[in-house]
Amino acid sequence: MSVTVRIPAQLRTLTGGAGELSLSGSTVAEVLKDLDASHPGFADRLFDDTGALRRFVNIFVADEDVRFLQGLDTAVVDGQTVSIVPAVAGG
Amino acid sequence: MDFVTGLRCRECARPYPAEALHVCDYCFGPLEVVYDYDALRATVSRAQIEAGPQTIWRYAPLLPVVDNAPIDLGTGCTPLVRADRLAAELGLGELWIKNDTANPTGSFKDRVVSVALTKARQLGFKVAACASTGNLANSVAAHAARAGMVSVVFIPHDLEVAKVVTTAVYGGNVISVEGNYDDVNRLCAELASEHPAWAFVNVNIRTYYAEGSKTLAFEVAEQLGWQAPDHVVVPVASGSQLVKVAKGFRELYDVGLLDEEPHVRVSGAQAAGCSPVATAFAEKTDAIRPVRPHTIAKSLAIGNPADGWYALKTVRDSGGSFESVTDEEIIDGIRLLARTEGIFAETAGGVTIATLAKLADQGVVRSDERVVAYVTGHGLKTVEALSATVGPTTTIAPTMEAFAAAVALDPDLDRRDP
Repeated sequence: MSVTVRIPAQLRTLTGGAGELSLSGSTVAEVLKDLDASHPGFADRLFDDTGALRRFVNIFVADEDVRFLQGLDTAVVDGQTVSIVPAVAGG
Repeated sequence: MDFVTGLRCRECARPYPAEALHVCDYCFGPLEVVYDYDALRATVSRAQIEAGPQTIWRYAPLLPVVDNAPIDLGTGCTPLVRADRLAAELGLGELWIKNDTANPTGSFKDRVVSVALTKARQLGFKVAACASTGNLANSVAAHAARAGMVSVVFIPHDLEVAKVVTTAVYGGNVISVEGNYDDVNRLCAELASEHPAWAFVNVNIRTYYAEGSKTLAFEVAEQLGWQAPDHVVVPVASGSQLVKVAKGFRELYDVGLLDEEPHVRVSGAQAAGCSPVATAFAEKTDAIRPVRPHTIAKSLAIGNPADGWYALKTVRDSGGSFESVTDEEIIDGIRLLARTEGIFAETAGGVTIATLAKLADQGVVRSDERVVAYVTGHGLKTVEALSATVGPTTTIAPTMEAFAAAVALDPDLDRRDP
């Protein structure tokens, strides 16, 4: 099963410059786990000491904020896109 | 002379150079401009500012970009009007309206855009972009035209007609997105990673852009004779403006332009149909849950506010409060301000006035305070909101008899309010 993960510019030092990766997992949490396994360092950047998403990180599945879905437990299906987006923008 | 020494993460304090950066690479916290306050204190003076231009650029040393010919349409130095008739209706004492409808494109956004695009040009950008609820798109398109830059502005598809027309007229690219503002904002945040040569004023240039709102505090203090007010009421969309207004008063004192340390209570105003920060305040929680907006105050319809957390903290720390008001109360607020002070505000201004009324009623805004309410956008931008409510008092044939008959029917023709 393959999911596209979009990486913001701020984190591309961890991906060798790639803006998109193909990863696997059936939930957002699993996909992000795969991301950290394949590109070490992501977990530190995305999660705080308690294991929660950092305050200023937003995650979207198919362009929908996961906070309107089931958060990190949100299901991801084959072919969907997960986006990591800095929260500080707009207004 | 430039007093900027760099940028710094507001959360983890990591330093960054003064480039087109807006969030920390490590914790994603917002970056703040760092100034050399010692040098500023030794340099700035009231006299020097008072001798400056009648625009926001009179405060140039306290802005994050120095340019002898900034991209400027004549923004700022808007009227601060004493509002005695409104104060009397609300049971308040010394009340002032900062009438920021008087800016070149009719909203406070000209302040942030003038600063952002001047900095963007200095950094070498040739394309000006933004995610907007309307007023920002309007201002970016106008300033880009003035500067000879290409503009690409992104707006939700369901904006008020006036905001679309007053943006599109400048000839830039207006991208209408089938979604709400939060969808537009997410799209632009992602696009900013793919188009690093574009200056998204409220994404990659946001650090500088946001600083422009400090001038809302600078001007009020100067207009009050270099004194801070006791209490301000500020509308909240992303929350950035409120945070920067508070910062502005503080900064004036820190650089020696105010004699007395300011203790400004800062209260926030939101629409009930989009009140994520007011809700967090009411529930005494730090967690701001995003919402799907549904309100006539489209310029405040940000369900996922970038600076919501800081706005909440600013209000709490200052001893202010938060309130939210219904669409009906917003209309009443617009009409109340128009009827008592002759100022026509857009729906966001209605939110501010209705919130002020509510807080006055609660005794939170007090009659012994010097109060300033920020009215930040012109009513002509959102006439739809009122077109079903106000209109001709009567329609008559062009004859003396018809007029006499109409007057006889209603001796108080000029007052439609109950």
